[in-house]
Amino acid sequence: MAEIRGSRGGLPERRWWLAVAVVLIAALALPNLVGEYPLLQLSVVAILSLVSMSEGFLWGFVGILSFGQTAFFGLGGYTYTVAALNFDQTTLPLLAAIVLPALLALVIGYFMIYGRIGDLYLSVITLVVTLILEKAMRATSGSQYVIGSVRLNGQNGIPTVPSLAIPWSHGQTLDLTGVFYLSVVCLAIVYVALRLLLQSRTGRVFVAIRENDQRAQLLGYDSRVYKLLAFVIAGAVAGFAGALYGVWGNFVSPDMFSLSQSAQILIWVIVGGRTTLVGPIVGCALIEYLTTALGTAAVGQVTVIMGLILMFAVVFFRRGVIPSLGDGARLLWRHIQSRGARGANVSQ
Amino acid sequence: MSEVLLEARDLEKRFGGVRAIAGVDFRLNRGELRCLIGPNGAGKSTFFKMLTAQLRPSSGRILFEGRDITALEPQRISRLGIGIKNQVPSVFDGIPVYEGLWLAAASRHPGAEAAGIVSEILERLDLGGISDHLVGTLAHGQRQWVEFGMVMALRPKLILLDEPTAGMSHDEVKRTAELIRELNREAALIVVEHDMQFIRDIAATVTVFHQGRILMEDTMANVQKDPKVREIYMGTAADA
Amino acid sequence: MEQTVIILYQVLYSFSFLVLICLGLAVIFGMMQVINLAQGEFIMLGAYVCNVAVKDGVSLWLSFLIAAVAVGLFGILVERVLIRFLYGRIIDTLLATWGLSIFLVGGTTIVMGPTTNSIPAPFGTMYIGAYGIPAYSLVLIALAFVLLIGTYALMRYTRAGLIARGTMQNPVMAAAFGIPPQTVYMLTFGFGSALTGLAGAIIAPLSGVSPTMGIFFIAKAFVTVIAGGPMVLLGTISASALFGSISGVVDYLTSSVLGEICVLLVAIVLLRLLPSGITGKFRRGI
Repeated sequence: MAEIRGSRGGLPERRWWLAVAVVLIAALALPNLVGEYPLLQLSVVAILSLVSMSEGFLWGFVGILSFGQTAFFGLGGYTYTVAALNFDQTTLPLLAAIVLPALLALVIGYFMIYGRIGDLYLSVITLVVTLILEKAMRATSGSQYVIGSVRLNGQNGIPTVPSLAIPWSHGQTLDLTGVFYLSVVCLAIVYVALRLLLQSRTGRVFVAIRENDQRAQLLGYDSRVYKLLAFVIAGAVAGFAGALYGVWGNFVSPDMFSLSQSAQILIWVIVGGRTTLVGPIVGCALIEYLTTALGTAAVGQVTVIMGLILMFAVVFFRRGVIPSLGDGARLLWRHIQSRGARGANVSQ
Repeated sequence: MSEVLLEARDLEKRFGGVRAIAGVDFRLNRGELRCLIGPNGAGKSTFFKMLTAQLRPSSGRILFEGRDITALEPQRISRLGIGIKNQVPSVFDGIPVYEGLWLAAASRHPGAEAAGIVSEILERLDLGGISDHLVGTLAHGQRQWVEFGMVMALRPKLILLDEPTAGMSHDEVKRTAELIRELNREAALIVVEHDMQFIRDIAATVTVFHQGRILMEDTMANVQKDPKVREIYMGTAADA
Repeated sequence: MEQTVIILYQVLYSFSFLVLICLGLAVIFGMMQVINLAQGEFIMLGAYVCNVAVKDGVSLWLSFLIAAVAVGLFGILVERVLIRFLYGRIIDTLLATWGLSIFLVGGTTIVMGPTTNSIPAPFGTMYIGAYGIPAYSLVLIALAFVLLIGTYALMRYTRAGLIARGTMQNPVMAAAFGIPPQTVYMLTFGFGSALTGLAGAIIAPLSGVSPTMGIFFIAKAFVTVIAGGPMVLLGTISASALFGSISGVVDYLTSSVLGEICVLLVAIVLLRLLPSGITGKFRRGI
C-alpha cells in the first residue's frame, strides 16, 4: 500500500501544542517584565489580532473576502457597551457581543450566500453594510437616540464603556494587567479553536470550497451551509473582539465601523499572509508597532505607507508580504547553497 | 426497482436564441455502459452538466431511479449517486492529491472508512507516489486521474465521464478502458469520447448527438456504417 | 405646487450629482471591468486642482478644464504603474485601488494640509418660494447632462469610441486593426479619470475641498455603478435616476443621512435580486 506522509486532518502534532504553550506562558509572564504603556499596546494588538485572524480565516481558508469585518467589530463594541450600561453587569453583555454580531452575520450571510452572489458583489455588500452602520451611528448625536438609558452620542461615541467585572467578586473590575491576560488568553483560545476546526472534516471542506466550490458541490457538500457557518464564526470572533476593544479603552465610536478601519484589517492580513492563522496576527502586530513607532504626529505619513502597502502587496506579494519574503529568502538561501556546493565540487 | 436508472424527457437548454439541447429523450438502464459521440457543439457536455445540475434545463425533466431530480441542487444529486468527471478537470488545485480523494470519500463515509477508500484508490490508480503533491502541480493526464479517483471515491451508481482520455498517453488510454470496464461491474457509466478505437475497446452502446438532438442509438459497428453519421463527421471535417 | 417644484429640483439635483460622481467610474467599469475604489480621491484631486487654479486667478470654467486634463493624465499614470498588472483580477484591483485611495488621502494631507478649502460658488442664491437654493446647482445639473450626452456621442459616433468598444469586446480583433489594446485600455482609463476630475472640479464650489472629501462619494458612486450593471451609460442613468429619486425624496422629508442609508439599503436588495445589475439582462452595449 502506498505510504501516506505528512499530517492530514486529525489532531495537531505535539510540537504544535508545545509551541502554543510556550508562547502563551511567555506572553503571560510579560506584565512582570514591561511597563504599563507597552502592556496597553500589547493588549490592543491581541484584541485587534482577533479581528485580523477572523478575516484571515475567512479569506485565506474559505475564500470569502469580506470588506466589512468592521461591521461585526463595531456592532460587538456597541452591543457590549449598551447592554453593560443598561443592565449594570458585564458577563452577559460580553456574550451578547458575540451573539448579536453572529446573528447579523447569519442574516447578511444567508442573504448573500444563498442568493449565490458572486465574489465581487459579496465584497461590495459587506462594505456597504459596514458603511450603513457607520453612517447610522454617526447620525445618532441627537438626544432622541437612546437605547434603554444609554445615549448613542453619534460622532463622539460612548466614552463610558464599563470595565469588565470579574464574576462572583462583588464588583471588582479587571485592571490593566487583567485586560492584558484576558486578551492574550482569548486570542490563544480562538487561535487554537480555529486551528482545530480547520483540521476537522468541516475545516477541510472549507478549504475544498476555497479551492473549487463547484467540485465541492459535485462531491455532495452543500457549500452554502459551510460558507455561511464560516461567515458566522468570523462575525462572532470580530464581534467579541469589538467588545474587548470597548473594555480595553473604555470607549466605542463610529470609527470602529469606518472604511479606514476595514482597510486596516485587510492590510494586516495581506502583510501577514493568509496561508496560516498566525500570519494575520503577525501582520497586525507589525503594522500596529509601525504605526505607534511613527507616532501620531505623522498621521499623513502613516496613511501614505498603508496605502502603498495595500497597492503594491496585491501586485507583488500575492501570498502576503511576509510569506512572499520568506519564499524569497528560501530561494536565495538555496541559490547560495547550490553555488557553495558547486564551488566545493570544483575544488575537488 | 425499475430497470431504468436514468431518464431524460424532452430536455431542452436554450442559451439566448441558441438551442444547445433541442429536445432530448434519453434512457439508461441499470449497469449499462453507454458512449456519447457527436461533433463539437452537439450538446454532449451541456447534457452532462444538466444531469448534474451544473446547468438548469430550460424545459423537460430528468429522472433518476424514477425520482424527479430536475430541480435538485448539485450536492443532492451527487448524494443520490451520480458522479461526474468534467471535460475540463475540475479538481482542487491547491491541496494534495490525498486530501482531494479524502474529501470525496469523506462526503459519504465516516473518517476511518474514508481513509481506507482513499488508500484503495491511490493503489488502484497508481497515485501513491504523488499522494502528497499539490494537484495543481500535476500534468494534465494525472489531474484527470485524480478527478477520476475522486469520482470513484464517491462510489456512485452512475458515473459520467466527459472525455476521460483527453491528454493521456497510449498506455494510459488502455488503462482507462480497463478501469471503465471494472467500474462498470458496480455502476452504470456514460462516457463522452471522440476516440473510436477506445469506444470499440470498451464495447459500449453508442448514442450519437447532433445539433442538440439524438441522431441515433446503436452498436459502434452499426453507427460507423450509418450514412447520416458519416455525413455529419465528414461534414464537420470538410468545414474545418 | 411649490412643494412639487422643490421635490423635483431635489430629485434632479441628486440625479445629476450621482451622474457626475459616477460617470468616470462607470466608463472604466463598463469598458474594462475594473473598479476604481479611488474614485472618490480622483474627485478630490479634481477639486484640488480646480481650487489651486482658481486661487491663482484662473477663471472657474478654465479651471474645470485644467482639472480634467490633470486628473486624466494622473489616471494614465496610475494605469501604467498599477492597474495594468491586474487586468482580469477584479478583486485584486479593488484592493489595489483601495490602497491608492488611502495613499492619495495621506499624500494630499501632507502636501495640502488637512484643512477644508472652499471655492466661492458663482451666481448666489435663488429662491423657490421661501426655499433658497444655490443658483450654481442649476449649472451643475446642466453640466451633468452635457457630460452624459457628450460621453454618449463620443462612444457612439466617433472613431475613438468605436475602437474602444471594439477592443473591449475583442482585444485580438482590435489589435489586428493596428491598435494595441494596451493603448486603448490606457486611454480609456485616462478618459474615465478625466471625467472624474472634471466632476470633482464641478462639484467643488458646492462641496468644499478637503483631503477626505472622497469618502463621502465613494459609497454612492460605487453602488450606483455596480447596480447599473454592464451597460455604461444606460446603467448609470437608470441607477442614478433610481437612487437620485430615493435620496432626493428622503432628503426632502428627513435628514440627508437617512437618504444615503436608504440608497445603500436599496442597492443591497437590488444586487440580490439582479446580481448583474439593472442592465445585466440586456445585451452588451453602452
